[in-house]
Amino acid sequence: MTALIIRRLLQAIPVLFIVVSLTFLLVRAAPGNPFSNGKSIRPEIMVQLNQQHDLEGTIWDQYLRYMGKVVRGNLNISTQYLNRSVNEIIAQSLPVSMVLGSVAYFLALLFGITLGGWAAISHERPNDQRIKLFANFSWPIPAPGDRFIMLFALLGISIPIFVLAPLAVILLALNLNLLPAYGWGSPDQIILPALCLSVPFAATIARLTRGSLLEVLKLDFIRTARAKGLSEDAVLFRHALKVAILPIIGYSGPAAAGILTGSIVIETLFGIPGIGQFFVNSASNRDPFMTSGVVLVFSSFLILFNLLADILYFVVDRRVKLE
Amino acid sequence: MSSAGSEQADRAAGVSGLRFPPTLVLPAFIAGALLLLVVFFYFFGSWTLSEKADLTLCNGDEPQSLDPAVITGQLEGRICLALFEGLTTRNAKGDIIPGMAESWTHTPDGLTYTFHLRPGIKWSNGDPVTAYDFLNSWERVLNPTTASEYAYQLYYLVNGEAYGTGKITDFSQVGVKAPDDHTLVVTLAHPTAYFLELTSFQTLCPVHLPTVKKYGDDWTKPGRMVSNGPYMLKAWRLNDYILLEANPYYWRPVPVHRIKVLPTNNATACFNLFYSKKTDLILDTRSIPSALVQDIKNQPYFHANPFGATSFIRFNVKRKPFDDIRVRKALALALDKQDIVEKITRAGEPVANTLVPPGSAGYTPPQGLVYNPAEARRLLAEAGYPNGQGFPDVELLYPKRGTSEQVATEIQALWQRDLGINTIHLRGQEWKVFLNTQDLIDFDLSISGWIGDYNDPQTFLDMFVTDGGNNQTGWGDPQYDQMLQTSENTADPVKRMQILHDMEKILVEDQVPIIPVYFWVGMSLYYPDKLGGFEPNFVDDHRWGEFYIPGKKP
Repeated sequence: MTALIIRRLLQAIPVLFIVVSLTFLLVRAAPGNPFSNGKSIRPEIMVQLNQQHDLEGTIWDQYLRYMGKVVRGNLNISTQYLNRSVNEIIAQSLPVSMVLGSVAYFLALLFGITLGGWAAISHERPNDQRIKLFANFSWPIPAPGDRFIMLFALLGISIPIFVLAPLAVILLALNLNLLPAYGWGSPDQIILPALCLSVPFAATIARLTRGSLLEVLKLDFIRTARAKGLSEDAVLFRHALKVAILPIIGYSGPAAAGILTGSIVIETLFGIPGIGQFFVNSASNRDPFMTSGVVLVFSSFLILFNLLADILYFVVDRRVKLE
Repeated sequence: MSSAGSEQADRAAGVSGLRFPPTLVLPAFIAGALLLLVVFFYFFGSWTLSEKADLTLCNGDEPQSLDPAVITGQLEGRICLALFEGLTTRNAKGDIIPGMAESWTHTPDGLTYTFHLRPGIKWSNGDPVTAYDFLNSWERVLNPTTASEYAYQLYYLVNGEAYGTGKITDFSQVGVKAPDDHTLVVTLAHPTAYFLELTSFQTLCPVHLPTVKKYGDDWTKPGRMVSNGPYMLKAWRLNDYILLEANPYYWRPVPVHRIKVLPTNNATACFNLFYSKKTDLILDTRSIPSALVQDIKNQPYFHANPFGATSFIRFNVKRKPFDDIRVRKALALALDKQDIVEKITRAGEPVANTLVPPGSAGYTPPQGLVYNPAEARRLLAEAGYPNGQGFPDVELLYPKRGTSEQVATEIQALWQRDLGINTIHLRGQEWKVFLNTQDLIDFDLSISGWIGDYNDPQTFLDMFVTDGGNNQTGWGDPQYDQMLQTSENTADPVKRMQILHDMEKILVEDQVPIIPVYFWVGMSLYYPDKLGGFEPNFVDDHRWGEFYIPGKKP
């Protein structure tokens, strides 16, 4: 396994190299000047600005100098936030996105797996039977539970976050005054954005769980387990879910990378000082260093979490061979 | 990882190949996510509890910098002017009042100003503010290595431009001298009537040079910055907040002790904050959702006042058909501006027939071209396009932000309605791309705007000097250039204003390289019983040191 990890990390180097190169070159090649701001800049000042930000010479020279810096861990200074280095901006904003993202990630897993599992069980038992889950406790499963949950999951996937989030703000923050609408710094300010951020992921996980659990529940070994006289919760938790969880592990890798690096919609709407907004803003500001830096962070996360998901696969499922 | 027991269970259940104790899969997964959560909470100490402040305000986007020498934007300027103070400053009404300088005199020719600094003025670290601080800070602004985009504000000084462009390297030749600690003598190249406006502007504010030298680019960080204005920088978290605290060494008491500045680039979020009473003041027009203006403009917290900024359309006079003055005039005469301000912008913007906004002291603008569709149709027919027939395909360029897209659509519809031209196509571009296209004069028509740097017609009219960096129309007129030069050398204010009036007449009545559309209004939201010292003013410049909370003693 160590060999695999080392090999995958080595593979990541050319990938990151290509991604950062493409980003830098594309931003520099796009029309628009990073320093322009509505008033024309005198040529003597323009020369200085380019010099300060190492943007002199041909695009190829700029690229070589930039890559030289990146290799040494210096992501250069931002052209938008003068006097701030990209390293500093990322160091300040990435942890914020990660805190918010991990709360949202946790919520997505919790709601996704629970609701997906619930939907699958109620699909199995379409009538208004009561299902025994925990020894002496029985859950009433509404007859249309499956379709109901799936409808919500579909809504969760298809309603864009820029519609959902403002609706949640109007309802929960402005009308009912339950939660703050904006800001960062106190624990109650994390709830609303984390909920909104988690919805599409939770919905996807719910659908995955349901589909996978329904397939597994049809398999022979489940019938055997039931025939053996195991309680329904033992069948579900000890046998079915452990197999059904595999596709969710596969999904959770890239999902973690996406959710931990923030979302521009959530961050601008809720005023969260995270890294997600730089993803879009730095590109429209034509800030080549900030854009490349953010892309570098995001691709590293993507590679890292996919690797983690693969390792998890290996740990959980013996059929997976790490070759 | 596997145990004999679980393998037995697996075999009993009829499935093999799972290594992990089966009942632990889900709990382990969730526990993992939880662990991740706890680790992030623990390690990244970004969880600072919200700082309390006496006044919280929304100031627009995250500032690009807080170095008064390099910033260019209005929102950065507002914060910098709370931190720094020039020789002069403004009161709540926007009038020029003494700042660091207690008094000043100037020679009758308007070329030499002598400023006398207040005795006992100090930086926020206790160091005295001296005339040399001004001298050295101005040197820093002019020095090409600082890359100050607003360095031209000091080109009014004798040899200022030569030093700024690197033609001379001896700063002692530049027209500013400090004979002693408390006196600053400034020699101007031309009698600049608005020079006292410039000295209140952030570019001419002093900075604490020992700090700048010590920390280099990092000197604007909290804990390092030393300032001389009413406030000092207490905390600054990117995209989170900026905290200002009253500077104990400022020469007069500051009524509001702590101000928290929220950088928000989303107007809806900003309004939500105000609506849920989490902010006391929104002072950035862009931070008020334009769709809401109509609904909230009668509320007691809504305030709007015209200020020195104009929205206008640029012609590219080098391209057909706009090389023909008759076509330009026809389009200008046929633009129903009333319709645009009533239907689109809707915040009470006055219609503009001139480039210079009304309200510049002592200036009477020309009449400009007033809406007259009949005359417009006549001119268009004369130019060879009766009822818009045969009018070539042209593009109307606009930036994709604010209400520009709706304004562009409306303009297109209005010209079709009144002139029958249906060959105007819209071309929206992202802000930075738009600026680039406009700079290259690669457009037919372009929706533009200009915010005056100071309260004088000059800041608008000098844009259109031949081949000027901000001209961007391809238009030029030697007579106009000549008049601009004459006006700069005229010390008599009445004569000077007359020249500027005649210049504007050329611009908006005779040659028409631009069509003024409307004057901007500065909008702000606050409850008057919760905030005082905020008054509508023509320069839309509200100094935070003037703010007070009614009923609360400083």
